[in-house]
Parts: sequence; C-alpha cells; structure tokens
Amino acid sequence: MQWLDAIIQGILLGGMYAQYALGMALMFGVMRIVNIAHGDVMILLSLIAVSLAGVLPVGNIGLIVVIVPIAVAIGWALQTFILNRVVGADPLPSLIATFGLSIALQNLMLEIWSADTRSLPNSGIASESFQIGSIYVGLLPVIVLVCAFVLTGGLDAVMRYTRFGRGLRAAAADTEAAAMTGVDPKRIYATATAIAVGILGLAAVFAALRATVSPSDGSAQLIYAFEAVIIGGMGSIWGAFLGSMVLGIAQAIGLRIDPGLGILFGHLVFLLVLATRPEGIMARKK
Amino acid sequence: MTGTPILSTHALTGGYGDFQALFGIDMELHEGEVISLIGANGAGKSTYLKSIFGLLPVQPEMVRYDGQAVGGTPAHRMVRRGIAMVPEGRRLFVGMTVEENMLVAIDNARLPEAEGHWTRERLFELFPILREKRRQPIEDLSGGQQQMVAISRALLCQPRVLLCDEISLGLAPKVIREIYAILPEITAAGTSIVLVEQDVSLAREASNRLYCMLEGRITLTGASSDISRDAIAAAYFGASDAVA
Repeated sequence: MQWLDAIIQGILLGGMYAQYALGMALMFGVMRIVNIAHGDVMILLSLIAVSLAGVLPVGNIGLIVVIVPIAVAIGWALQTFILNRVVGADPLPSLIATFGLSIALQNLMLEIWSADTRSLPNSGIASESFQIGSIYVGLLPVIVLVCAFVLTGGLDAVMRYTRFGRGLRAAAADTEAAAMTGVDPKRIYATATAIAVGILGLAAVFAALRATVSPSDGSAQLIYAFEAVIIGGMGSIWGAFLGSMVLGIAQAIGLRIDPGLGILFGHLVFLLVLATRPEGIMARKK
Repeated sequence: MTGTPILSTHALTGGYGDFQALFGIDMELHEGEVISLIGANGAGKSTYLKSIFGLLPVQPEMVRYDGQAVGGTPAHRMVRRGIAMVPEGRRLFVGMTVEENMLVAIDNARLPEAEGHWTRERLFELFPILREKRRQPIEDLSGGQQQMVAISRALLCQPRVLLCDEISLGLAPKVIREIYAILPEITAAGTSIVLVEQDVSLAREASNRLYCMLEGRITLTGASSDISRDAIAAAYFGASDAVA
C-alpha cells in the first residue's frame, strides 16, 4: 500500500513539475532556446505574488489573474528585447544571455526580498485533503495536477491545430523558410515565449501556495523542467507532461526508500533514460 | 514589352556583409511573363533572388514592385504583398506533414484560399501524389515529391510574382518535365515568374526572356528565342573563354 501511496504522491508532485516543464517544452523542446533563467523567472513571479498578496486582498484565484498577465508581459519582453537578438542556429548565444540574466535576476531578488524563504498565506486550500481508502490526498496538489493536465492538452492542441502552432513549428524547423512563407519569426517567437512564461506565472502562484520559495531556488526548478522535457522527448508537449510524471514518481519512490534519496532518484532515472533512450519517451519519429 | 513592370531592380548592389556579390543589376519583369536567370555556380543568382526578397539588405529604391520601392522589406511582408519564393534545396518544414506545410502558406497568404487562384484541391489535381501523401511527414517523400510540395507551398501564398531558385536541381528528368509542365498554368493565372536555372536549354524553353549573369553582373539579356547558343556561351563563361 505504501508503494501505491508513493506513486500517487509522485503523480501529484509530477503535476507541479509539469507546470514548470510546459514552458520549457515550448522554448527548449520546440524553439530550441536554452533559457537558463527559466527557474529564476518563476521564482521572481512567486515572490511578486507573495508581495502582492500582502497588499492586495484578492484571494488566490485573484492572484493568478494578476500574476499571469505580468508573466505574459515578462515573457514577451524577454523574447523581444533579449532572445530575438541572439537566437539562431547556434544555441550558445541564447544560453549565455540567459545565464547572465539568471545571475542578474538572482541578485536582484536577493536585493529586494533578501534570502529569506517566503510563501503565500495558508488559505485553507493548501492544507485540505481527502481520503481514498487508506491514502490521504491533498486538495491543492490535485488542483495543480488537473491544471497541468488541462494546460498540456490545450497547448498540444494549439501547437497541432492553430495557425500560431503551425507557424511556430515552421519557424522552429527553418526560420528563413518560414519567413519566405509569410511567417514573422520574431513576432511568433515573442508570442510563444509570452505563453511559456505565462504558464510559469500559474506555476509560480501554486509553488508559493504549496511550499516556500527563496531567491536561490530557481536552479532546482530549471533542472526539473529540463529533465522532464528530455525524459519525455524534445518537441513533444505531452512528452513533457509524461516526463514530469516519471520524475515525480521516481522522486516519491526514492523518498519512500530513504528520505535523503528522493531528489537523487529523480536524477538517476533521468540518467537512465538518457543512457537507454536518449531521444526521450515520446520523441517524434524520424 | 511595354508598360510598367510588376517587378524591377535598379542598379541593385548587395552581398553578404563586407563581401559584395552583386554589381548594379537592372532587371524588369512584366505581368504574365517568365524570365530566366542563368549563370554558372557562384555567379550571384541566388544572392540576387534573396536580395529582391528581403533576405539580404538592399536600398529601398533598388527593388520596385507594383510601382513601389520595396527593397529591404522583410520576406514575410513581401509574401503579403504578393511575392513568393521556391527556395533552393526546397527548405520544407521537417516534422510537419505535407498538408501542414501547405497550411503555413495558406495561413499567411496574400489572399484567403477561397478567394485565390490556388487551392489545395487544384494542386492535388496537378500533383495527384500529394493528395495520397497529404498526411505523411514531409521527410517521407522523395526529392521530386518534396519539390512539388515546395512549389505548392509558394503558390498557396497566392503570389503575383513567383521566384524559383533551381527547381530542377537534383531531380530526375521525368520529374523535371512534370514540374516544368505546370509553369504555363501559373502564368495563365496571372503570376509572373523569375526562374533561376543552371540548365540553359531548360531555361530557354520555359522563358520569354533571358538574363545571363557572370560574377555578379548581367552579361547578356534578350528574348529567349532570339539569343544564339554562342552568345549565351560567351556571356555564361566570359567572352575571353568563349573564344577558345
């Protein structure tokens, strides 16, 4: 029974990771932009949410309504003013630019919020749970998982069936040829990054509700997001969701074996996938 | 030809960064006309097409389209205005199906598919194999089939001017004939064509007028049917070589 419990808790944890990973699936998996500041941007959004919650009595849903547009604006600005200038066939310039941004953001956050851990006030939803058989399931993690599932399905459908999705896939496949076919690559990339960071806005509020955040936490979120996208397979949105589940379950099982093994187990499974199926679980067939 | 050309270049110079590849090119393309641009490898033909199409920097006045100076306008805006290109090497969107490749063009075309001359249905009639393979990833198609998709993609932009860069390159003669057979239908639809071609006899047959390029300059121009093979040889290789 305790293993079933571990798997269920792992799936719920995977729901949180999926919210981190979806934006990464879009930027890294599809557009091939390595955004080292991915986690730091999320932490920044969490800290903004925590500060806003102190002055705006809007409740958690209201906070999401405020934070997501801020996140969309940050994403659009990030792509328009920084990444569109360095993006190209060579992934190194964008990696270096976002690495610098990551360091700058961490120091900015330390300056504004100090190194203390913070979280959103416990509003009841974070501590509510229900019982299935002998297993307790938290309400908030279930909401997070459902949101992640809906977002994944939505984003996958957008990529497959909309004009924006086709244009983005075309630009990612061959930027110049996409321009020759009428796609404005810079504009479509700015929209895509706005969506990617917008999803992070939602994840940021949930992360601050679920646990604490501090300015230096970004790199862990970055690693989880990277691992989920690579386990799932580059370019596949559902792959990122599945990769997040694998990562969450591996961590929960590791945690059950020994409380110190959780994170390590996640990394080991990631290495195992890299060694045996480097293209990822759901990689597009070549 | 009389009247205002739909597309023209005026003393067009350009190249890549500090490297100048084009030295003052004048060209005129009239409505419904096919011109071919021939020349050896490295003569500057592809660079010229890219300069017209906004993929390389040029001064606005160097390219005039439909009465307006458009030089340096980004390619995606050129498509909206009515210029489309079949690029060298096809450059299709890998990882997407045949129909998705076509839809990218339809999404960004000058006119909606329903109002334009070119529809997927019409192109499937011209290239029946594409109907069969419409749901297959582009990388599963043969080179000739991929070229058909590349041409279809450009036509679905509903262009008034079509720039074709080496569409016969690397294809079997039978496939080349199939592809060249649709050029009259394209011009009948009111679209003018600039054809960059290495195969001189193919270029002469398919075009009304011919421009020959050598080292970034136009060395010969005239009606395709009037120009002698010797004149072409001289312009193609440079006069001093042709004497020998």
